[in-house]
Amino acid sequence: MYLSREEEGIYQGERGETLRRMMEILVALGDIYGAEKLVPVRSVQIAGVSYKNIGEAGLEWISDLEGQVVVPSILNPAGMDLCRWQEMGIQEEFAQKQQQTIEAYRRLGVTIDCTCTPYQIYQGPSSLASPGDHLAWSESSAVSYANSVIGARTNREGGPSALAAALVGKTALYGYHLDENRLPTHLVEVEADLHGSDYGALGFLVGRTVKDGVPFFRLKGQRTVPDELKALGAAMAASGSVALYYVENVTPEPPGPWQPMETIRLGRKEIDEIYALYPAGGANAVALGCPHCSSEELEKIAGLLQGQKVQKELWVCTARKIAEAHPQLVAIIEESGACVFCDTCMVVSPATERFSRMMTSSGKALAYLPGLAGVGAGLGSLEECIDVALGRRQ
Amino acid sequence: MEIKCHRVACGCASGPALVTREAISFLGNVDAATGVVVDPAHGLFGQSIAGKVLIFPGGKGSTVGSYVIYQLKKRGLAPAAMINIRSEPIVAVGAIISGIPLVDRVTEEILRVKSGTVVEVDADNGWIRTI
Repeated sequence: MYLSREEEGIYQGERGETLRRMMEILVALGDIYGAEKLVPVRSVQIAGVSYKNIGEAGLEWISDLEGQVVVPSILNPAGMDLCRWQEMGIQEEFAQKQQQTIEAYRRLGVTIDCTCTPYQIYQGPSSLASPGDHLAWSESSAVSYANSVIGARTNREGGPSALAAALVGKTALYGYHLDENRLPTHLVEVEADLHGSDYGALGFLVGRTVKDGVPFFRLKGQRTVPDELKALGAAMAASGSVALYYVENVTPEPPGPWQPMETIRLGRKEIDEIYALYPAGGANAVALGCPHCSSEELEKIAGLLQGQKVQKELWVCTARKIAEAHPQLVAIIEESGACVFCDTCMVVSPATERFSRMMTSSGKALAYLPGLAGVGAGLGSLEECIDVALGRRQ
Repeated sequence: MEIKCHRVACGCASGPALVTREAISFLGNVDAATGVVVDPAHGLFGQSIAGKVLIFPGGKGSTVGSYVIYQLKKRGLAPAAMINIRSEPIVAVGAIISGIPLVDRVTEEILRVKSGTVVEVDADNGWIRTI
């Protein structure tokens, strides 16, 4: 792998032990994946935040590091709402460890935004990703959105490799950074009218089939909105490991001519089968906001809950900056008895484990809840989820 | 015997070999508090990896395994060095953040080294020597 004189110097330890090891990580990964060189990154999103996932071992490593990030860097969701963890039912001991983890990242100059939707909170001049930018992002749905909807370029980074990119300001040039790996592998033709959670169900289905492929969707006469693309990509990254997809006439286009290895045809029947397989039946809680709710979604939820009282626990997960930007919506939602939790979600928080079955509108949560939290999952539209929370349907 | 190899994580170390033909998931297979392989289904079950030159095809499993390697190192329970046929990111990152010499790109011959044989690893210059 080619290193510039400056990079070689860091690799040899001229700028200290932490940076030497960080450069060694980038070079080792570059070697493993056949990268020719390093490339500067616009921003970094770091995995390895929830104490539930990294444990004492991860906390020790992050706490021992010295240095400062050199590009804008934020975090994945944490294991709890950093302020309202007690209301979530989080134990004191876990909360302390989680706060220590956050402080360790803060010390390194990382901005404490714990979210899977950085693109929803940083827009316009403060944007962390524009078309063609190289990034080092971690959270699988954010990676998928950045690659597919924004047209930026990122692999799915692990905790140490993301932190290495943040401290060095570069990543190894391989995988989704290169045009040759960004061509579609599967054509997916969908003959159905799709709305809201249908995109999560579709992604759940397609991810299982295409695994780590790059699907190209042809959706009949759809006007897909960003929240629906978010749901589609998130579900495919969870049920498979899709990091890039295309939707004809909606997302940026593939970088060259391509031939599908396989064509998949789906319709209403296949989508409805997913709902039938994962009914609400017996759900004792409802969780929305996987990936984190946008302003539009908060508004929709507030509209459905206004003046009502929930009968079951209802979590609405979002980024702290989104909640702070919409205090009235948050107030309407919370007056119903629901909770708007920030910095975390039902998938990464251990607080989920006290439920036996959760109802969700997310194809991603559907894929992860049983395995990661040992919680059964039901899938429904946003309206159905709210109805379950209000006790209008079982 | 001297074998050429590829540096993944820098450094030089030697120790008795501990050899397995099975991949290792440091999260789950190895106890971070004792350095002992605790998965009964693993070929190294019951053995300590502390201070050994651990020779195995490569890593597998959760990326948290990288941090487990770091924890082992801090407790003085990590391998002295590691040799892979082909390193993957979990073990590579774990070795680098822990400062454990790691080399790869050797032939499967290396898996025939008998456990207990003293092995020297010089990652910086890219060679392995059995003594």
